[in-house]
Amino acid sequence: MDIVLGIKVSDGVVIATSKAATRGISILKDTDDKTRDLSDHNLMAFTGESGDTVQFAEYIQANIQLYNMREGHELSPYAVSHFVRNTLAKSLRSRKPYQVNALLAGYDTDKKTPSLSWIDYLGTKADLPYAAHGYAAFYTLSLLDHHYRKDMTVEDGLRLLKLCNKELNTRMPIDFKGLQVKVVNKDGVKVVDGEW
Amino acid sequence: MSNPASINGGSAVAMVGKDCVAIACDLRLGNQSLGVANNFEKVFQFGHVFLGLTGLATDVITLNETFRFKTNLYKMREERDIEPETFANLVSTSLYEKRFGPYFVGPIVAGINSKTNQPFICSFDSIGCIDYSKDFAVVGTASDQLYGMCEGLYEPNLSPDDLFETISQALLNANDRDALSGWGAAVYIITKDKISKRYLKSRQD
Repeated sequence: MDIVLGIKVSDGVVIATSKAATRGISILKDTDDKTRDLSDHNLMAFTGESGDTVQFAEYIQANIQLYNMREGHELSPYAVSHFVRNTLAKSLRSRKPYQVNALLAGYDTDKKTPSLSWIDYLGTKADLPYAAHGYAAFYTLSLLDHHYRKDMTVEDGLRLLKLCNKELNTRMPIDFKGLQVKVVNKDGVKVVDGEW
Repeated sequence: MSNPASINGGSAVAMVGKDCVAIACDLRLGNQSLGVANNFEKVFQFGHVFLGLTGLATDVITLNETFRFKTNLYKMREERDIEPETFANLVSTSLYEKRFGPYFVGPIVAGINSKTNQPFICSFDSIGCIDYSKDFAVVGTASDQLYGMCEGLYEPNLSPDDLFETISQALLNANDRDALSGWGAAVYIITKDKISKRYLKSRQD
């Protein structure tokens, strides 16, 4: 029931994740952060089997940071997304595969382009203008299909996200305790304050 | 429904014409009934050989990368591009290496041999058994429908333009009877000295 949403706009990427940490029938926390900063311009949002998720995200984070330190430059969003995909695809045929779905938001500082990749636990990768994992996809993708324009700004993206949030609040069977919203653009990763 | 080869959906078809071959695929990537992407191409080029890969999308991506790696090494060793017949054997042995834990894919190979100028197409099962064909080859979730369309529309010795028309209609109409395929299509027409690629618009449901 976790929500992970991403919208790519002309000058950045907007990422939203639900703040509820659920276990069975209980909500354990209403300030959960389902994202990790991989580097200055790369952010990973994730859902899946609890335990696997954070373990996997921090394993990726550590490896990306190690690469950045060894090579003295930041890995492009394209390279990061392929590294994550490859890690999951290898894990799929291991004794205990990671059950983690992820969205990768990034800003390529060389090409000056934003990037959004949808990756599931099988290692299926798709580069998309907007993406969602889990049940949230069923409620939001139709809205995004209708309203999305590729020349949108971050402000437009946040307005569109408000629309998605409203739909999720009316249709989701349990309270997801609101969204945490982050924007990735040329200036890096920033949390968007406000009522979500 | 838990068949790994039909989680993501997708199909591909290849046909032989007169001194030409054609290969085409749909563009859908799905998760069960949910459409995820409409730009997921399933035909890949290695020199003058073309490989269509349908089935589990993660394996489609992995195998494309594996064959790009292997054909690049082949090119450096042999100082020439790989021929379709050789590439078919490379696909076959690569898949059989994973006999007891296979890639869940349905591949097809199409190309024209640059020495003999003979058109070549074939398809495989997921463990690498080659199915040679002199008319058409089909793979994917719409393979039953594709067989029907190809049996009905195909005739030997078509010109490149007529072959384009035939393969396009075969793919489009087969995809319309399959919920897991469609969302656009890409068609390659290959002759000895020209490769043309065209995108087809198709039903978006």
